[in-house]
Amino acid sequence: MSSPAMIDRYSWWEIVLIYCGIALFLAFVLSPFVEGFLVSLKPLSQLFSSPYRFWPENGSFEAYRTMWVSVPGFGRYIFNSFFISIIVTVIVLCLVIPAAYAFARFEFRGMGILLGAFLTVNMFSGAVLLIPLFRLMRSMGVLNTYLAMIVPGVAFLIPSAIWLLRTYMIRIPQELNEAAYMDGASHFYTLRRVILPIAMPGIIVVAITTFIGAYAQQFIFALTFNSKTEYMPLPVGLFAYFGKQEVIWNELMAASFVGILPAMIVIFFLQRYLVGGLTAGAVKQ
Amino acid sequence: MGVQKSTVIFAWILLLPAVLYVMAIVAYPLVDTFILSFTDASLRKTTNWVGWINYEKIFNATFAEVIFRTFIWTFFSVSIKMIIGTFGATMLNAAVPGRALFRLLTMPPWIVPMAIGIFMWGWMYNGQFGMISGLLQRFGLVNGPVAFLAYGSTAFWATIITDVWIGVPLVTIYFLAAIQSIPKDLYEAAWTDGAGRFYRFRRITLPLMVPAIITMSMLSLIATFNSFDIIWILTQGGPSGQTTTMIIDTYQTAIGSKKYGEGAARAVLICIFLSLFCFAYFRVTRRLNPEKRA
Repeated sequence: MSSPAMIDRYSWWEIVLIYCGIALFLAFVLSPFVEGFLVSLKPLSQLFSSPYRFWPENGSFEAYRTMWVSVPGFGRYIFNSFFISIIVTVIVLCLVIPAAYAFARFEFRGMGILLGAFLTVNMFSGAVLLIPLFRLMRSMGVLNTYLAMIVPGVAFLIPSAIWLLRTYMIRIPQELNEAAYMDGASHFYTLRRVILPIAMPGIIVVAITTFIGAYAQQFIFALTFNSKTEYMPLPVGLFAYFGKQEVIWNELMAASFVGILPAMIVIFFLQRYLVGGLTAGAVKQ
Repeated sequence: MGVQKSTVIFAWILLLPAVLYVMAIVAYPLVDTFILSFTDASLRKTTNWVGWINYEKIFNATFAEVIFRTFIWTFFSVSIKMIIGTFGATMLNAAVPGRALFRLLTMPPWIVPMAIGIFMWGWMYNGQFGMISGLLQRFGLVNGPVAFLAYGSTAFWATIITDVWIGVPLVTIYFLAAIQSIPKDLYEAAWTDGAGRFYRFRRITLPLMVPAIITMSMLSLIATFNSFDIIWILTQGGPSGQTTTMIIDTYQTAIGSKKYGEGAARAVLICIFLSLFCFAYFRVTRRLNPEKRA
């Protein structure tokens, strides 16, 4: 009587154990968000009073209103962050889609070395190359502009995007290419009309991971290459809530949630692709 | 052969933009770092060739400590990530109701801008009013507030925990994928032989996860070694240098003190370590799947 489904039949104490395990794991992952959200609901006086209270007392969304007033440029920071990330993502996709296709489909001398070189680049963070990058940005005259964050941002996201998309494109059947060539289609036409539509889910995954990566990078590049508030992205802009005397924590947390909300919504709708794509791309063995 | 040649040319046309871009923004600065490390470049206009002086200056007791600390920091961060990731992936693999939602809930630390997650931890570690200190006091585990970021030893672990937290989602999803790629009939065979759940985990799941764990710990090692934002936002390398890793030290020297030459020498040292990691990574992954090139 060994049916496959019976393997996954749990006894009641196993189910309890599993749920406890999941709860423990998610508590670690989510506690900063829970605490951050509760802080955003508390008035500042309550935050700085002993003894510590977990739940807010007469909590309100007041901080979500005052945060716009105490840091007037806040809307601009959100815009900058999204603007920089979107431009970076578009440039990365334009450079990476053809390159990944070439790596996935064509055999040529030096391909292995070039792929390895890209992987190696992936391992150097912007932090290591900050000094020469600073000099480069200065000589290009782009310090304190959007470009100071876009130009280096693109470079460090290309390698992992190429690797991810290549893994995806390798699994597209070669016969599709051959059929297209038989019909007299050119390489370029085949790429655009046959391969691109099929690779779309993979491209979406790469776009999301690149967008997230671009958002994360903004801290160090903006910290070093930009000192103008009008081009400040959100991660650095949030330091505006660090006052002279004390940090306005409730507004800082409110601002954090407002800043991440749009990204969370987008990712919530695309997460179907994300989990599937990462799973497919991750396990090659 | 004519077709062959046009194919190769087409492939290179596709590759060239990405290759040239990365060469300009990564390869050239790498070379520039190397050259800079032999000069006394700083904010001053003149730059002189100074030979090995920057490297000789590096080798002192303080820097040896920084290197040692970087490795300890990386080691603990990566190990804890692997343990929690394995635990999380196993739990999320279980066929219980709500599984899809739980998987989705692991993502936020990875999705939100790093700096925002770090700010939240900054508050949690706050000694007077933060959640961790607050709850510890509430349950009578400590007397009085614990300012985690104010003391070297606790700040060191606080930065590690935050780094683990940011890394855990990706590790978990990767491990989950690895578990799911294990052939089902292995489990069924063991099950028919009467093997219990824990036995199956220890004898089938864990051994078959080893390649994924090795690959992920190599990648995680490199990312953790390069980690900058977490330490910079939480402690800026303090208190009294107790959380200063090589990346932080390089940043302080080069960007903070504007000693570009000395900073570049430190960056070169980091590059050497990273190259060794890369080399080890290639060797290990090649051994794990021998039939695969690259």
